[in-house]
Amino acid sequence: MMQYKNVIVAYSIMIILIILVGVFQSWSIALSILNYCLISAVMTIGANIQWGYAGLINFGIMGYTALGGLAVVLISVAPVPEAWDAGGLRLILCLILIILIILLIKFLSRRFRDFKNKTLIISLIIIAGIILIRFISAPAIENIESIDPAKTGFLGGLGLPILLSWIVGGLFAAGVAFVIGKIALGLRADYLAIATLLIAEIIVSIIKHEDWLARGVKNVIGLKRPAPYEIDLQNSQWFINLVEKFNSSKLNFTNSASEYQNLLTQYVIDASSVYVKLCFTGLFLIIVISLLILTQRALYSPWGRKMRAIRDNEIAASAMGKNIVKEHLLIFVLGSAIVGLAGAMMVTNDGLFTPGSYRPMRYTFVIWVMVIVGGTGNNFGAILGGFAVWFLWVQAAPISLFLIEFLTSHLPETNELKVHLINSAPYFRFLIIGIGLLLIMRYRPQGILPEKIVKQ
Amino acid sequence: MDFVNAIVLLLNFTVLPALTYGSQLALGAIFVTLIYGVLRFANFATGDMMSFGTMFAVLLTYHFQSVGINFGFLPTALLTTPFAILIMILYMLTIDKFVFSYYRIKKSPPVQLAMVSVGVMFVTQALIRIIIGPSDRRFLDGEKFILKANEFKEMTGLNEGLTVKSTQLLTILLTIIIVSIMFWFLNKTKTGTSMRAYSDNEDLALLSGIDPKKVVLITWIIAGILATVGGILYGLDKSYRPFVYFNNMLPIFAAAIVGGIGNPYGAFLGGYVIAFAEIFLTYAYKKFFTYILPDAFEPDSLIQLLSTDYKFAISFSILVIVLLFRPSGIFEGKKI
Repeated sequence: MMQYKNVIVAYSIMIILIILVGVFQSWSIALSILNYCLISAVMTIGANIQWGYAGLINFGIMGYTALGGLAVVLISVAPVPEAWDAGGLRLILCLILIILIILLIKFLSRRFRDFKNKTLIISLIIIAGIILIRFISAPAIENIESIDPAKTGFLGGLGLPILLSWIVGGLFAAGVAFVIGKIALGLRADYLAIATLLIAEIIVSIIKHEDWLARGVKNVIGLKRPAPYEIDLQNSQWFINLVEKFNSSKLNFTNSASEYQNLLTQYVIDASSVYVKLCFTGLFLIIVISLLILTQRALYSPWGRKMRAIRDNEIAASAMGKNIVKEHLLIFVLGSAIVGLAGAMMVTNDGLFTPGSYRPMRYTFVIWVMVIVGGTGNNFGAILGGFAVWFLWVQAAPISLFLIEFLTSHLPETNELKVHLINSAPYFRFLIIGIGLLLIMRYRPQGILPEKIVKQ
Repeated sequence: MDFVNAIVLLLNFTVLPALTYGSQLALGAIFVTLIYGVLRFANFATGDMMSFGTMFAVLLTYHFQSVGINFGFLPTALLTTPFAILIMILYMLTIDKFVFSYYRIKKSPPVQLAMVSVGVMFVTQALIRIIIGPSDRRFLDGEKFILKANEFKEMTGLNEGLTVKSTQLLTILLTIIIVSIMFWFLNKTKTGTSMRAYSDNEDLALLSGIDPKKVVLITWIIAGILATVGGILYGLDKSYRPFVYFNNMLPIFAAAIVGGIGNPYGAFLGGYVIAFAEIFLTYAYKKFFTYILPDAFEPDSLIQLLSTDYKFAISFSILVIVLLFRPSGIFEGKKI
C-alpha cells in the first residue's frame, strides 16, 4: 500500500478539484471536464505505451484521433442510398483497383528483388494507377457530392450501433499505424517525430477535403448516442419523479403550485444534462479502467520487461535475440489503436465530427505534455497527466483572468494595458502549459509520478 | 506567339510564386538546419520563432507609420527589420540561457531537447497571442507592383500578362543577398569554419581550442537574422497571422530534411524543391495546353494533377518518399 501512497494522494487532489468545480461552477461543467479528462486519459495511455514502454516518439496522435472520429461517422450514420446509386459502384471499383495495385507492387518487389529498375517500374505503376483511379472516381465523386449538399452529399455510413465504431476506430488507427510504422520506424528518434507529425497532417487533410467520405469541413452533426437524449428524459415520468425526490427539500419551500412547477422544470432540465453526462462518464470509466488493468498487466509481464530492455539498450536487447523491428512495430500499432479508440470516444461524446478542428497543437502537443508531466512509463502517471493538464487547459482562462484582475486592481477600468490583458486571457493557457512543461522537464524529468520498476 | 504566351502564363502563375515561396521556405529551412547541425536538436519552435520576430516588425511598422516615417516606394517594414532582428536575437539568447543551455551542458539526448523546444513553442505562441492577438494583419505599404499585367500586355502585345509584385522581387533579392553572405561567412571566415568544425565533430573542435560558447552565440545570431527576415518576407508577401506561421513549420521541416538536415546548401535548395513541387503539382494546366496544342486537341478538363487542397500534403509526401529511398536527404546531410 505504501508504494501507492503518491498515486492515491495525487488522484485525491484531482478528484477534489473536479468536485470543487461542481460546487462552485456547476455539476454539468464538472462532468464535462471529467469526461474530457477520461478521454485524454485514454489518449495518454496510448502515447505512454509508445513513449514510456518503448521510447518511440509519435507526434502523429492527431491523425489517429481523426481516424477514430472518421470511424464513428462511417459506422453509425445511416447510409445515403441515392449517393450509393450515384457513384457507389465506381468507388468500389476504385477500392478494388487500389488493392490490386498494392498486391502487384508487393508481388513485384518480392519477385524481382535484385532488379535494377525496380523503383522506376514501381513508381510508374503507382502514377498510372493514380491517373486511372482519378478518371474512374471523378464523375462518381461529383455526383455524390451534388446530392443534397446541404444535408448529405456523402456516402453515409453503415447505420450500425455507435459503440461498435469505437472498436472500428481502433482498428482503423491500427491499420494506418501499421503502414506508417513499416515506412518510418527505421528512422532516428527526432526524424520519426517529424515524419509522424507530417503524416498525421496528410491524414487530416485527406479527411478534410474528401467530401464524399465524411462531408469534409462541412462537418457531420447529430450523431447517434449510446446514452439517452435530454429531451426524452425531460418527458419521461420516472425521471421527473426521481428529480422530485432528490430535490424535495428545496421544492417544499415554494409558495404556490405554479412556482413549484417552474422550479421542478428547471431542476429536470439541469438534471437531464447531468444524467446524460453521467452515462458517458460510466462508459468512459469502464474503458479507462479496463485499459489500465490491461496495460498494467502488460507492463509487468515478460513482454513488458522485454520492451523496457529494448528501450533502455537496443543493442544489448538485440544481442539477446529480441526482434527489435517487430516489437517496435507491434507497440506502435497497439498505442495508435488506443489513440484511435479515444478519438472515436471523443466524437461520440461531442455528437459531431468536425475535421476542421483537428490541429496539431491541441491533439498532438497537448497530449504529449500530458504524458511528460504525468510520468512517462507509469500508467497511473500518464492518466494523472491527462487529468491534470486537461483541467488546467480548461480552467487556465478563468484562473488567469482572476490573476490579471487581482494584479491590475489598482489600475482604472479603462487602462489600456488592463483591457488588453483581460481580452487576451484565453491565451494564457498556452503560457501556463508551456512553462509547466519546461519546469517539469528541468526539475522533475521523470514526471509527477515516476516510473517504478518492480524487482522480482 | 502562342508558345510565348504559354511560357509567360507559366512564369506568371507558377515560376514566380514558386521562387518567392521557395525563398521564404529556404530561409526557414536553413534556420532549422543550422540549429540541428550545431546545437543538435529538431527545433519545434521554428514557426513560432519566425512569427515572434515578424510580430515586432509589424508593431514597429505601425508605430513608424503613425509617426510618419516611411521608406519611399519600399515597404516600411524593411526599416524596422534591423530592430526586429535585434529583439529576436535577444529573445533567442534569453531562451538559450534559461532553457536550452542546461540540456546542452548535460549532453541530453536530442529527443529531450526536441521536447523542450515544444515547451518553448507553447510559451512563444502564448507571448505572441498575448502581445498582438491571433488576428490577420497586413503591414505592406509603398509600391505594390513593379510590373502590372496591363502594362506588360501593352509593352509586348501578348495576350497573357505578367505581374511582378514588389514583394516577390524583394523576397528573391533579399534571400540571395542574405544566403550568399551566410555561405561566405560559413566558408571563408575563421568563425564560420570553427562553426562547421563544431557541427562536424564536437570533441575534436573543443580539443583544437574552439570556444563552444562563441559558436552557440554566433549560431543564434545567424538563426535570428534568418528567422526574422524569412518571417517578415512571408508576412509582406501574404499577411501576418500567427496560426499560419505555426503551420509553415511543417513545409520548412520538409525542406530541411529533403535537402539533407545539417547541410545549409541542401536546405536552401530543399526550400525550392518543396515550393516548386507544391505549385507545379496543383496548378491547372488547361490554359497552358490550349496555347501549345493545336485546336483539335484542346483539353476540356482542368488538367490539374492534384487539387489545391492538398498543397501541404504534397510536401509531406515528398518528404516521406525521400525518407524511404534516401534517408540522408537528396543532398547528403547528417547520417540518420
